[in-house]
Amino acid sequence: MLYRENGQFKTSYAADQQIFPITQDRLAIGLLLLVAFVVMPMAGSEYLFRAVLIPFLILALAALGLNILVGYCGQISLGTGAFMAVGAYAAYNFLVRIDGMPLIVAMLLGGLTATVVGVLFGIPSLRIKGLYLAVATLAAQFFTDWAFLRISWFTNNSTSGSVSVAGLNVFGLPIESPVAKYLFCLTVVCVFALAAKNLTRSATGRQWMAIRDMDVAAAVIGIRPVYAKLTAFAVSSFIVGVAGVLWAFVHLGAWEPAAFSIDRSFQLLFMVIIGGLGSIMGAFFGAAFIVVLPIILDQVPHWFGIPLSTATTSHLVHMIFGALIVFFLIAEPHGLAKLWSIGKQKMRLWPFPH
Amino acid sequence: MGFFLETLFGGLMAGMLYSLIALGFVLIYKASGVFNFAQGAMVLFAALAMARFAEWIPKWLGFESLLLANLLAFIVAMALMVVLAWVIERLCLSKLVNQEGITLLMATLGISYFLDGLGQTLFGNDIYSINVGMPKDPAMILEGTFEGGLLISKEDLVAALISAALVAALALFFQKTATGRALRAVADDHQAAQSIGIPLNRIWVIVWSVAGFAALVAGIIWGSKLGVQFSLSLVALKALPVVILGGLTSVPGAILGGLIIGVGEKLSEIYLGSFFGGGIEIWFAYVLALGFLLVRPQGLFGEKIIDRV
Repeated sequence: MLYRENGQFKTSYAADQQIFPITQDRLAIGLLLLVAFVVMPMAGSEYLFRAVLIPFLILALAALGLNILVGYCGQISLGTGAFMAVGAYAAYNFLVRIDGMPLIVAMLLGGLTATVVGVLFGIPSLRIKGLYLAVATLAAQFFTDWAFLRISWFTNNSTSGSVSVAGLNVFGLPIESPVAKYLFCLTVVCVFALAAKNLTRSATGRQWMAIRDMDVAAAVIGIRPVYAKLTAFAVSSFIVGVAGVLWAFVHLGAWEPAAFSIDRSFQLLFMVIIGGLGSIMGAFFGAAFIVVLPIILDQVPHWFGIPLSTATTSHLVHMIFGALIVFFLIAEPHGLAKLWSIGKQKMRLWPFPH
Repeated sequence: MGFFLETLFGGLMAGMLYSLIALGFVLIYKASGVFNFAQGAMVLFAALAMARFAEWIPKWLGFESLLLANLLAFIVAMALMVVLAWVIERLCLSKLVNQEGITLLMATLGISYFLDGLGQTLFGNDIYSINVGMPKDPAMILEGTFEGGLLISKEDLVAALISAALVAALALFFQKTATGRALRAVADDHQAAQSIGIPLNRIWVIVWSVAGFAALVAGIIWGSKLGVQFSLSLVALKALPVVILGGLTSVPGAILGGLIIGVGEKLSEIYLGSFFGGGIEIWFAYVLALGFLLVRPQGLFGEKIIDRV
């Protein structure tokens, strides 16, 4: 009743091609941004920022990057954690070794380094596909795990193997309090989400999707697979690298390679599958789901008075994730994002569906 | 020279175990075109079941015999793997017929997470030991040829013999029995196999059970050597480069690939490790597989992959 586009006529191409063509959608997004930028910083507790919102935002960014590769271009990657690690350690080295390096520049340089490494490990994708590529990206994962643990140059010869950053600031504003960290992450995520959305609507994004849907047909109509695949790897690992910088610098503060282990890669892949392959919105849904579910599972038994040990909870989380992955792949391969859009479609006809 | 040979033997033994796990991958891939990421989780699950039932069954039934306990535990664990195969086929694979390989791969990733959680919820998450009476003491051989002789673990030797027996048994099963012929037919062409009356669903249950059997044997050998714990599931990831190296569709390839990776890992760790700062065992196998993928994607013995793009 309230949600329909009757009477909203488009009079220009710009109006017709905007991201949210329906006024109600634009209002909803505006409201969401208002809540995120203004209400949350005033109302949220420190626990909410530290344990829920900041991890959610950063992992959503990483899932967004991975979704470009897996969801839009159809190239599977099990090495996302590795590209996050490359971004984090590269940014750390730029920050520590160059005096007066601003955080933003270090972050972008970290992303660029991740891009280079990503393209390097993406080269095998030109010859191999699917599960073979999965093994190639696994190689990236194990190699970086080892490199950041054993090659002390990367960690600035830190004796404990763990590195830390302190006194972060952007344009003179310190990023120390949870609220400041939250706002910084939120801004970065918004910028990248907008950029990614526009990129996937552009010629490049359409080339990725053509390669994903049928590479032979795409090549026949004049899309260069080499170019499309490598740009997908580049853009994806850039975003993932930036997410790695945020995860290390803002969320963790001090970290070691285990923060970017293979479990992280799997976790991100699950986010993309549960959230929705080939959807920007899906990355956010998936990240929200995977960040919040363990926290809820931790709480629910307490409400009913059944004490569960942390080990049991983590096994339950494993089982639920596993079952959900299979369930989504069978029932709804496009994930939560598809359910969302089906819901919206139904809303447009409600309450007179005929 | 003696030291080199010892390293070589150590690598061969480790490689034999990789081969066992890789075998499970190859069996399932051949018969159903599914790249079974859950093989590692199956190894962990089977080993956990074996370890715990061997402990529980004597308590329930009130007897002491180690042999009987192991035998019963083996039977129960095997039955569990067959049930598992049936459930996986029923609830997952049969619903994903005709999907792309990448979807199936992700589904098995989900299965592996589920199995990891289920196994540890049912059987606990400590380190358990499997005692099937493997000889633990090392043996010296060829004392006449080399000074000081060669030190070889009898346990590894027994493990290698068991692996070899398993491979031989599987080869016989595939070549000589009607079911084996049906399995090969399905591997060759799903549609043709179905059209001459081979029930695909039953074949898939059988092949997952056989893979479960391979997982159980691999789990027992690994478990009695190093104890059963969660890391077993990760060790199994090493089998991925093995199958890439050997070729996804080739049983001999899985064996040879495992041996090459095992030996290469140990030798490179000893002779090259010092240049890189040690610990290159972690990635050696993967990078070797990566290099191989660039030059010869089908592996040593795999069927040639023909792609026009």
